Amino acid sequence: MQPIVEIHDLSKSYRRGGQIVPVLSDIDLDIARGDFIGLMGPSGSGKSTLLNLIAGIDKPDSGILRVGGVDITVLSESQLADWRAEHVGFIFQFYNLIPVLTAFENAELPLLLTSLSTRERRQHVEAALNMVGLADRMEHYPSELSGGQQQRVAIARAIISDPTILVADEPTGDLDRVSAEEILTLMERLNDELGKTIIMVTHDPHAAQRAHSIKRLDKGVLQDGER
Amino acid sequence: MHLIKLIFRNALRHKLRTGLTMLGLVVAILSFGLLQTVVDAWYAGAEGAAPNRLITRNAVSLMVPLPVHYRDKIRSVDGVQAVAAANWFAGVYQDPKNFFPQFAVEPASEYRIPDAQFRAFTRDRKGALVGRKLAQTYGFRIGDMVPIKGTIFPGTWTFVVRGIYDGADAKTDTSQFFFHWDYLNETVKSRTPILANKIGIFIVQIADVDRAAEISEEIDALFKNSPAETLTETEKAFQIGFVKQTEAILIAVRLVSFLVIFIILAVMANTMAMTARERLGEYATLKALGFGGGFLAAMIFGESLAIALTGSLVGVVCTFPVAAWFAAQMGTLFPVFEVSRETVMLQSACAVAVGAAAALLPARRAIRVRIVDGLRAIG
Repeated sequence: MQPIVEIHDLSKSYRRGGQIVPVLSDIDLDIARGDFIGLMGPSGSGKSTLLNLIAGIDKPDSGILRVGGVDITVLSESQLADWRAEHVGFIFQFYNLIPVLTAFENAELPLLLTSLSTRERRQHVEAALNMVGLADRMEHYPSELSGGQQQRVAIARAIISDPTILVADEPTGDLDRVSAEEILTLMERLNDELGKTIIMVTHDPHAAQRAHSIKRLDKGVLQDGER
Repeated sequence: MHLIKLIFRNALRHKLRTGLTMLGLVVAILSFGLLQTVVDAWYAGAEGAAPNRLITRNAVSLMVPLPVHYRDKIRSVDGVQAVAAANWFAGVYQDPKNFFPQFAVEPASEYRIPDAQFRAFTRDRKGALVGRKLAQTYGFRIGDMVPIKGTIFPGTWTFVVRGIYDGADAKTDTSQFFFHWDYLNETVKSRTPILANKIGIFIVQIADVDRAAEISEEIDALFKNSPAETLTETEKAFQIGFVKQTEAILIAVRLVSFLVIFIILAVMANTMAMTARERLGEYATLKALGFGGGFLAAMIFGESLAIALTGSLVGVVCTFPVAAWFAAQMGTLFPVFEVSRETVMLQSACAVAVGAAAALLPARRAIRVRIVDGLRAIG
């Protein structure tokens, strides 16, 4: 079966003060559909950069990067925006909810880019918030929710448009242990029950244990996998 | 719908900041409107001038009078319907600070005045016609005796108010005081004969507006190479001539009014720049979710315009009562002090310009920010 994410010889560097600093070097990685992988490594190892490249919010210098069979390295900015809206669900460390929108409205955001009617959108949002256990918090603003609840709203927003992949950057990094466990359990459910492909960057070995496999990066180079 | 919701909720996110910015806009738009109205008031005389009226005066200066017998010669020019004499009186009513214009005229009223009052005025050689605004300012009523001390024509002159006139429209000056030129001339003959039979200006009524220039030339040609050559021009040009004498002040007032707008633009731009800087992470998130630059720009422009237009609307509405209060405080200094439609349109245009200009750089920044850089701003 063709992998959902195909990466070959992928390199990325940044320019800092006139100097070119390599961040990722010759990365080769395939991720199977329905997989749940954890990306680990020390700070500055390039794990978030790799996640950003896979999610289409940054561009590599060279190499091949296909997601769902689409070579996203050749897409223009607007094509990438459309592609992300359809294929990528984002879960951020700090939830990145819009503070002036309710839980319902935040979860609904990706659907505003689709042709769904108001009624259809409402059905989707209610189902998603129900799935993350926040059916009774729909009209609450982010400031009225706990960190764990906010992250669950973010997860509802991530899955609302049924994306091809879910990318999570330190999804439990800002949560207490109990909330982190809840979020990880929820992500496991998304993977098990909905078959979502999840790529999760984490520092936390405990969180990484929930993934099917762990990939380690060190100084921009992918190490041999543990599982 | 969602965009509008976002715009208004974002605008109210920092209530104090938005409130203070709006307050600044109210003050700026109000000040701008008032200053523009002051400029308009300066030009009110010219705006209210009749196109079919010419003014003939001494070519040397308005201060140098013309002989009274010029009247018959001017009347003989083809196209002239009527000629009336008028003298600037420059008297003081009770106190020098009580300034209002007084003219000795030949009765040919174009003002809105009851017939009975006009007849009473024509019958009484000491009678006077006062404008509605002047009557309200000093409490003049029909039958009141008004003593005025002459500065050009010595002595105390007592007039009887016989009529109170209204303007045909809001631009008509109703702060003037008219009395009989005959009364002035006859009294002057006995008191200061050297000033008798002298006319300040002739007001010339013409039949065909299109012939104004031609008739003016003909009138001036009549007195060419005489000891008192004339200068004839339209009433509007005559009035503008007065305004031109104080044009530097008007330019300064205009500059200040636009400076006020520029300052509020800087304040507004700062507000929007702070807003955009704080929300860079949100813009990056929206971009990551697939929203394009157009949506972000619409959000920022919408918020900026919503703040600018709301503040400006209050400013425009406040301009009317404040202008009325200001006019009352100024007495008869500004005979016409009305907030014009053009001023309101200028205020509105400034509001849109301030709102749009203030959003320009923040919107550009939001559109251009790289998603990864914007996301780094969170946390």
